[in-house]
Amino acid sequence: MAASRHLVVPAEPDQIVKLATFVAQAAADSGFDSLQINRIELAVDEACSNIIDHAYGGAKGIIRLEVEMVPHRKLTVILIDQGKPFDPDHIPDYSPRGSLDTIKVGGLGIHLMRQAMDDICYEFNVPGVGNRLTMTKRL
Amino acid sequence: MEISQKPLKYVDIVTVNGRIDSATAPEFDNTLKGLLEHGRKKIVLDFTGLDYISSAGLRAMLSALKSAKNGGGNVVLVKTNERIRDTLTLVGFHTLFLQFDNVIDAVDTF
Repeated sequence: MAASRHLVVPAEPDQIVKLATFVAQAAADSGFDSLQINRIELAVDEACSNIIDHAYGGAKGIIRLEVEMVPHRKLTVILIDQGKPFDPDHIPDYSPRGSLDTIKVGGLGIHLMRQAMDDICYEFNVPGVGNRLTMTKRL
Repeated sequence: MEISQKPLKYVDIVTVNGRIDSATAPEFDNTLKGLLEHGRKKIVLDFTGLDYISSAGLRAMLSALKSAKNGGGNVVLVKTNERIRDTLTLVGFHTLFLQFDNVIDAVDTF
C-alpha cells in the first residue's frame, strides 16, 4: 500500500543533509538496500544543490520534498521550488571517457542523477505549484 | 566531515572521515587546492573512514586530479567502502583514479 511523507525546509546548503537523510529513511522503510539508498541520496543532494544554486541563485526560498513509497516496489521523490526554472538539459553532458584533459567537470552532477535514478521528469512553472522535479527509483 | 593532512617528504596524505556533501565539499576542495597551489602534486586520499561523497566532492576530486597530472603528479585513493566505490563507478572515476588497499602501497606508487 502506498504511503507518503513530506518535509519543507529553507533553501540553504546546510539543509541538504536533512532532506537526504529524510529520503534515505523512507527508502530504507521501503525495502531499498544500502547501495540503492546511497544512489537516491546522491540524486536528492544534487537536485537540492541545483535548486539552491540555480533556481534561487542565492536568494531566499523554500524546498518542499514529497516522498511517495510503494514498499518493495518503488520510491518517488518530488522536489518543488518557486525559483527560476533550471533546465539541466542545457548543460553539456558529462562523459568520463576520453583523455583527462577533455573531461569536463560541469555536468557531472546531472550525469550522476541520471545514473542513480530510473526516471527523472522536470516540470517548470506549474500553476499553483512552481517548478517540480519528479524522480523515481524502482526496486 | 573530518579532514586531516599529513605531509611526507614528497607526498601528502589527506584523510577524510564522515560525509563530503554540498555543505562540507568546499573545505575538502580548499584543502586540495591549497596543496596544489603550493606545488604539492602527489596526493593520497585516504577514504577508509568516508561514508558518503556527493557530486560537489567528486568535482573537487576531478579538478585536483587534472591539476596534479598537469604538473606531473597524481591523486590516488585508499580503501573506499562499497557505497563510495559504487558512486565512483557511476561517474567513471574507477578508471581515472588508482586505488589501493592501504596507505603504504598508495604512497609507494609515487
